[in-house]
Amino acid sequence: MTALEHATEVVDPVPGTGAPHLPEQPDSGPEFVQLLTPEGERVEHPDYAIDVTDEELRSLYRDLALVRRWDVEATALQRQGELGIWASLLGQEAAQVGAGRALAPDDMAFPTYREHGVAWTRGVDPLHVMSLFRGNDMGGWDPVATGVNLYTVVIGAQTLHATGYAMGLQRDGADAAALAFLGDGATSQGEVNEALIWAASLSAPVVFFCQNNQYAISVPIERQSRVPLYQRASGFGFPGVRVDGNDVLAVLAVTRAALARAREGSGPTFIEAFTYRMGAHTTSDDPTRYRMASELEEWKLRDPIARLKAHLARAGIADAAFFDAVDAEGDELAVRIRTGTLEMTDPAGTEIFDHVYAEQTPDLERQRAEFVAYHASFEGEK
Amino acid sequence: MTSLRQFRLPDVGEGLTEGEILQWLVAVGDTVVVNQPLCEVETAKAAVELPSPFAGTVTELLYEVGTTVDVGSPIITIDTSGGKVDVAPVPDPAAGDEPEVEAGLIGGPAPGGRTSVLVGYGPRNTEAKRRPRVTGSAAAARATAPQVLPGADYGTGVAEKPALLPDQPQRAPLLATAPDMTVKPVRHGGLEVGRQTEANARDELAPTSRRAAPGRGAPRPLAKPPVRKYAKDLGVDLATLTGSGPGGVITREDVDAATAPSSSSPSSPLTSPGSRQEGAVVRGTAGEQRIPVKGVRKHTAAAMVASAFTAPHVTEFLTVDVTRTMKLRTRLAARPELAGVKVSPLLFVARAVLLAARRHPMVNSSWDEAAQEIVVHGQVNLGIAAATPRGLVVPNIKDAGSLPLAGLAGALADLTATARAGRTAPADMTGGTMTITNVGVFGVDTGTPILNPGESVILAFGAVREMPWVHRGKIAVRQVTQLALSFDHRIVDGELGSRFLADVGALLHDPGTALAF
Repeated sequence: MTALEHATEVVDPVPGTGAPHLPEQPDSGPEFVQLLTPEGERVEHPDYAIDVTDEELRSLYRDLALVRRWDVEATALQRQGELGIWASLLGQEAAQVGAGRALAPDDMAFPTYREHGVAWTRGVDPLHVMSLFRGNDMGGWDPVATGVNLYTVVIGAQTLHATGYAMGLQRDGADAAALAFLGDGATSQGEVNEALIWAASLSAPVVFFCQNNQYAISVPIERQSRVPLYQRASGFGFPGVRVDGNDVLAVLAVTRAALARAREGSGPTFIEAFTYRMGAHTTSDDPTRYRMASELEEWKLRDPIARLKAHLARAGIADAAFFDAVDAEGDELAVRIRTGTLEMTDPAGTEIFDHVYAEQTPDLERQRAEFVAYHASFEGEK
Repeated sequence: MTSLRQFRLPDVGEGLTEGEILQWLVAVGDTVVVNQPLCEVETAKAAVELPSPFAGTVTELLYEVGTTVDVGSPIITIDTSGGKVDVAPVPDPAAGDEPEVEAGLIGGPAPGGRTSVLVGYGPRNTEAKRRPRVTGSAAAARATAPQVLPGADYGTGVAEKPALLPDQPQRAPLLATAPDMTVKPVRHGGLEVGRQTEANARDELAPTSRRAAPGRGAPRPLAKPPVRKYAKDLGVDLATLTGSGPGGVITREDVDAATAPSSSSPSSPLTSPGSRQEGAVVRGTAGEQRIPVKGVRKHTAAAMVASAFTAPHVTEFLTVDVTRTMKLRTRLAARPELAGVKVSPLLFVARAVLLAARRHPMVNSSWDEAAQEIVVHGQVNLGIAAATPRGLVVPNIKDAGSLPLAGLAGALADLTATARAGRTAPADMTGGTMTITNVGVFGVDTGTPILNPGESVILAFGAVREMPWVHRGKIAVRQVTQLALSFDHRIVDGELGSRFLADVGALLHDPGTALAF
């Protein structure tokens, strides 16, 4: 099948004047990597095999379930006025957990603002993410210790950071790779294309992991790309793979292979994780204004957690007690997140001076002293 | 003891100020758990369900369905003391130790004198209050604080503003010296900052501009790039100027001032709008040129307006096969009496017009409005429209009808050469009786010429082209041109004009016709 044949029909080139958005249905051909069907059946793929233990399968399920519980709680907290905004990952758990679990300890992830599942698999405390969305700080976790860079809200900018980081790895001779996350909308950004060109030119050890959740806020992917996104990679000169983004096993296998390829010096890979954002773009968005309810219902049948649960239950890998335990753990996590979020206090004003440079400069010290003196000039200050 | 908590309408969508209650999903008396949907609210951005932040019993719904509620207003009261609590209630840090359900403030006081609002909330319910200043001990604190801040430092601006507030007149300014109010404030995103910054910059820049004075080995005079370009275009040497801008920077006005005295010299054709003068191009907005109307242009404009609005014009067109005339032109050019003169197609057109005018003397006439007479001229003074560097001029050949062909050719050559050289005598441009305009030299087929004022006909002569043409019953490649005749309908009726034009065409089609005239 050629790229042209595969090109999606241009739907409604002038917004609001044409046919409703009809999401493209991936076929089941060799170009679409799937190892676990929506019904929970294990299938084989000629290029991507995966050998996972029962224990690994259960822990994958646990990760998926817990990040969803976190997401639900965070959405509720935003509705209660406790977060400024929240970017929900609902429906994209498998893409994120699969990619995050594919990372080796020395690898570095460069997330957007939605990769809570990646942060979770790398051991970032959810409360650090919550404090960012609460507006208390810019995300307080240690990127070096966790292997997760701070969230990047500027669309696509992190792809350049990741590529630059990968060039550094290359020069250090490190046995590690960078994993850049991006969305389908970001592929229309100039810097993303620059990153792809740099990565290709220098064979940088970076993997571009694009979660195609079908919408750039409200703009459907058909309006942004005339070809499936993974095919764009060939134009830049490196492989592109489309994986079922709701299949955690396939995502894990494909991302592992791409990272291994990067580490061995064979250059970048573009992964298109074909998935669906079941919630709103953020809590400020109302998806019912631009997409059909039937579309969401259709995607619910491909739910990433339900299919793994079905597989675990059918294969006898997990029983009801296991699932109940995970649910209970999720509720505990939710309480911890809620409590921790509500207990957050406003940061001290002087914190703005603390992380500008690794070491304090005399000029900053002076400004800090002025700042403190200024605030001390008011009554009621300590 | 009851423990009543109120849930205030949050800003669910980044910067919203209100929302409409679409429906209540709970009723008074209901037991609710944390995250149980309480109501549906529609905002400018979305319709959303609001989940309960508390577990307990609903005691009050504060707004009816359909009400638009300001963000921050309590919408529901929940008793969190009794009943079965499914999820442990979480202390609300915003509420702190304050009594439950306190109207007014969103939360308790927070560091920095701010109300401890919930993150992402919109407007406060309270009036903004200015924090009281420390009086006594503050002076000591200030003494230890840095006073004079060198260099560009936006921190200065921050510290400066409270010092200027009118409600603290007794308070000494943080700056060691009072701010220099004569310095223009710099605006950064609407904030007035850098009064001091600019003063500092001025001090630093001033010596530079002095160094830039000529004779001091100046590196480069200070000016912004557009001003440099402007000066370069005008041929103004920036090193000879003294800047009047901040820090001695040379401004556009400085450049204008430098050019004003010498604006008439060829090196500086541009002048400022204030010194508009004849010959000057006045520059307005980007790319726009304003050209004073004068000289030939002014005369042309006046003549054309006068003609167009006094003489009712009619224009007729005729396409003519001039192949025979062109052949004749080649034969005649070889004759000794025409040696040394240019035998142009225009020569034959002029000759044809003169011959046809002899048959139709009424076309060689003028309308005398004052005398209410038509003046039929005794001779043809044939005007030839000439494009010259100064503009359109129409010199005429006096009594052209009396000239032999060689004489007419010589007169045409002289007339156009003289006109292009700009040396046409005024007398040569007056007294014309009819005109030919040779638009064909520009590669144009035809047009609708406007009469030279006082004349009754004008003929436009188009380009001579090789065209497919029916010649002796067959399609042949022939040399074809178009003639357009405009005439003053007050004097010349359609019949006369048509006959005149047809005669001109017949003469050009077959020069032998002249023998019959």
